[in-house]
Amino acid sequence: MLATAIIVFREVLEAALVIAVVLGASRGIAHRGWWVLGGVVLGTLGAGVVALFAGAIAEAFSGTGQALLDAVILLIAVVMLAWHNIWMSSHGRKLAGEIKAVGAAVQTGNKTLAALLVVCFTAVMREGSEVVLFLWAIAASGGHEFGMSIGGFAGLIAGVLVGALLYRSLLFIPIRYFFTVTGWLILLLTAGLAAQAAGFLNQAGLLPALGNGLWNTSHILSQSSILGQLLHILVGYIARPSGIELVFYAGALVTILSLMQAVKHQHRPPPARPAAPSQMDISPTDP
Amino acid sequence: MSLGLSSLTLLVALTAPVLAFAESPTVELVIHNQQFTPQELPLPVDTKIKLVVHNQDSLPAEFESYDLSREVVVPGHSSVTVFIGPLSPGRYNFFNDFNHAAQGWVVVTEPATHPAH
Repeated sequence: MLATAIIVFREVLEAALVIAVVLGASRGIAHRGWWVLGGVVLGTLGAGVVALFAGAIAEAFSGTGQALLDAVILLIAVVMLAWHNIWMSSHGRKLAGEIKAVGAAVQTGNKTLAALLVVCFTAVMREGSEVVLFLWAIAASGGHEFGMSIGGFAGLIAGVLVGALLYRSLLFIPIRYFFTVTGWLILLLTAGLAAQAAGFLNQAGLLPALGNGLWNTSHILSQSSILGQLLHILVGYIARPSGIELVFYAGALVTILSLMQAVKHQHRPPPARPAAPSQMDISPTDP
Repeated sequence: MSLGLSSLTLLVALTAPVLAFAESPTVELVIHNQQFTPQELPLPVDTKIKLVVHNQDSLPAEFESYDLSREVVVPGHSSVTVFIGPLSPGRYNFFNDFNHAAQGWVVVTEPATHPAH
């Protein structure tokens, strides 16, 4: 029962932390709760489907099917999170201003909510499928249903609680700095997911390792420790990284940051001119 | 003749990494009764390996290793492929993330050095 709880907890934790960051990043956008909930529901359904076809997926592509699926799912999440951050770099200031002024949810940002729905969907599907598979097999082996249900439920609740704790902590950040902080959180989370995708592509034999274990910090912070795991999920901490993981991590960071800068400069409002705001709106800034 | 030989050597030197990529040696690992067999997996140094993990149990397992940065679910009664390496000498822990009682090690040792003249 305890073992079940721990396994379920660790799988749920990863999805819960991603959802907590997403909830933070979409703060103040109207109806975001429904979009996130939609992602979670779709992800749960997806997890069931992936678990149902786990055998076929595992043996596909000469036994590398699961690693390839993981890589694809992660890369989709990377693109969606990158898109969100780039969108925020031109809309974040406006959003924060509106939230402060209105004190209520604002209507802008449906597009980024769609991207964040996909992120929640991928996180829940990836981690959830492992939970479903594990619980299903225990149920199939018979005789453990009660302990398994209690353990599974306890693990789920514990994971969700840690996610909720992270979200509540984020809300202590003043609104002026809020989206800057969540922007950096999303950036590091995304780089970590990109590195994980690289690991899976290397695991499937499609990418070279470019050096295994370039350094080893497991004696300082083991990846199996709770802190190591939290940092692995949130900022992509890898105790013993390979070259290809570093390339993807740095590549994602640099690419997203440059695009954010480019968009920010493109959308930077001209120096305050009280007169003729309507002319500013139609000025041809876009190429 | 000498030119032909050296260009042949060059050709082999250039294509060797590609060939090594295409034909990674296959190593088998079995999960049975919630244990890895063998528990110590000796692997050659600096070689990319195609590791085939067979799960003979009905319970799914998750072959996972922080040391090797690998993670894959192995459903009951199925096999998956995990490429690992090239590795430098050392001991690399792996485990079943669905049952931490199952632990194993990849052991990479230096090739036997030739005695000095």
